Amino acid sequence: MADDSSAPMTRRSLFTLIGVAAGGAVMLEAMSSLAYAGESGYQGPIQLSGDPKGTSVLILGAGLAGMCAAYELRKAGYKVQILEYNDRPGGRNWSLYGGDTYTELGGFTQTVGFDKGLYLNPGPWRIPHHHYAVLDYCKRLGVMLEPFTQVNYNAYVHSTKAFGGKPQRYRTVQADFNGYVAELLAKSVRQNSLDQAVTKEDREVLLTALRQWGALDKDWNYAKGVDSSGRRGWASDPGGGTTSVPIPSDPLAMSDLLQSGLWGAIGAGLGYEFQSTIFQPVGGMGMIGKAFGRQLDGVIRYGAKVTDIRQDDKGVTATFIDSKTGGPPQQARGDWCICTIPATVLGQTPINVGAPMKAAIDALYYDASLKVGLQFKRRFWEQDEQIYGGITYTDQPNGVIGYPNADMFSSGKGVLLGAYAFGGPAFEFAAMPPEERVARMVEYGANIHPQYKTEFDNGVAVAWHRVPWTLGCAGHWTEALRAQHYDNLAAMDGRIVLAGEHVSRIPAWQEGAILSALDTIRRLHQRVMAA
Amino acid sequence: MTRTFIFQTALAATLATAGQAAAQSFYDGPFPQQGGEAIYKGICQGCHMPDGKGAVGAGAYPALGGDKRLQSGAYPAMVIVRGQKAMPPFANNFSDQQVADVVNYIRTHFGNAYADKVGPETVKALRPPPAAEQRPE
Repeated sequence: MADDSSAPMTRRSLFTLIGVAAGGAVMLEAMSSLAYAGESGYQGPIQLSGDPKGTSVLILGAGLAGMCAAYELRKAGYKVQILEYNDRPGGRNWSLYGGDTYTELGGFTQTVGFDKGLYLNPGPWRIPHHHYAVLDYCKRLGVMLEPFTQVNYNAYVHSTKAFGGKPQRYRTVQADFNGYVAELLAKSVRQNSLDQAVTKEDREVLLTALRQWGALDKDWNYAKGVDSSGRRGWASDPGGGTTSVPIPSDPLAMSDLLQSGLWGAIGAGLGYEFQSTIFQPVGGMGMIGKAFGRQLDGVIRYGAKVTDIRQDDKGVTATFIDSKTGGPPQQARGDWCICTIPATVLGQTPINVGAPMKAAIDALYYDASLKVGLQFKRRFWEQDEQIYGGITYTDQPNGVIGYPNADMFSSGKGVLLGAYAFGGPAFEFAAMPPEERVARMVEYGANIHPQYKTEFDNGVAVAWHRVPWTLGCAGHWTEALRAQHYDNLAAMDGRIVLAGEHVSRIPAWQEGAILSALDTIRRLHQRVMAA
Repeated sequence: MTRTFIFQTALAATLATAGQAAAQSFYDGPFPQQGGEAIYKGICQGCHMPDGKGAVGAGAYPALGGDKRLQSGAYPAMVIVRGQKAMPPFANNFSDQQVADVVNYIRTHFGNAYADKVGPETVKALRPPPAAEQRPE
């Protein structure tokens, strides 16, 4: 194509126009693609060739980063051992099941009352299709995956301040928003308002596209009728026999829709991480950690609280105590150390690294986040409202209601994600006792699903600033912090190197943890081979 | 609560993709609690605990009683607005008055009995520059 200087501007102007009209959703798409256009960089199973001749590596933390490092280094001939604070593998790769007990900081203990097979993922809950490393390890370790529904057109978008607080189906808000934007744009084109921006040749194509995209009628209107109902659904669905006449539904009024702000809730699936198809492990996210843990049976010392990390010119010694009973200090040693302890905890642990790495560790606090799992006596969202998996978005502090993406049509109980809150609300919920968090989520949820009141069974709430081994959910990087500290955090410091989601450019994602671990062991292996 | 209405779809996506940098503007709205006790019980006790004794796990949250650094009211005020290690900075979440109120509450509870008060002007002077990252170096 010839580089016509007017052509790029034309398209850009058009995009800008749509951006102004479409607001959040399109802006979000643009932001996402700007932020992370690249893929994860996973090149398949790592090859560490050469004999490490019995070199030992001490790994601190049995989350995905630590276990991935141990798994691969052992395969390459290293002697590996892991110290882990918890009594289970996985770290933030974690699912809570019926019968599990969880004690948060302050001693607040919850015993999970879910039925068999039902769970809450307090941490990560979905795996993008381009998180190649996580998906590959799932495959190699035999972790079964199933689709995670990000966008469910029949779930709700909800604002307490719009439409009398009545939740709207995602489908209707999206259809109406797209429809009105298409109608406005079509009008402009047909009134020749955009002649500067759209060539004559493109004009007809654009009009056709707008009619298709927005479900406009023959008069270029987004209006009640077969076209709009084909998107937003019918007041009465077409049927068979004598009752078969479909009755179109009424679109929301454009001004009501714009003023509702609900258009801000229909963009999630546009983000790169959330585009279909994405996945979850069958039976809970924690299945990945368990699978790694099985592979590393005997390698992981559970219940070990690291109290000191000290390197000399020959190796690294970690001092630890039993995380439950305390007791006398014990020691573990390796020629090298891969430390995956969260920066929040590591910042409080004596460690003799250089000032740049220490400053980087101390610079990183972790974000606030809350997840609440609510068990209900029956799956009313499926039975009464035909919502099968996916997510409802609300302006209430609980943020979302996530519907289980498995066991659909089961006649038993079901567990909803009753809240996934960040930021301010998450800090506030952390300050409440767990049972109050659960009670609040039942209140919020009842504004969307009145069945909450009668069908609620039990719940469990995990506020990440009360999690004893992370003090928050994930490292809070900003561009300025990265510029100042990231390289120092990732660099090897003598015989110590750090790994984890916080040492990645995919923060808060498991892919970041694994890619960080793989990069770490690649560099460590090079160092060992060069020695 | 009168917080800016914003859906988490936007927040979640930016958290995930933009390295959280852009996410700040979405949720760093003000906390609604007013008065030292309400602020402490509404926010601070999440980590420092209802009895102010902090907590110990793999990491720890410090107790607020018996900490000699609290002799200067400017110290807790600075930690609140600028953060310190695992403690996030709350400059964007609290007004100067809110910070002063909760500092005065902490310094007169949990076994502390400092007579002097911190005022909002002290807090204002300790705030990080608006454009800067909220971390002292």
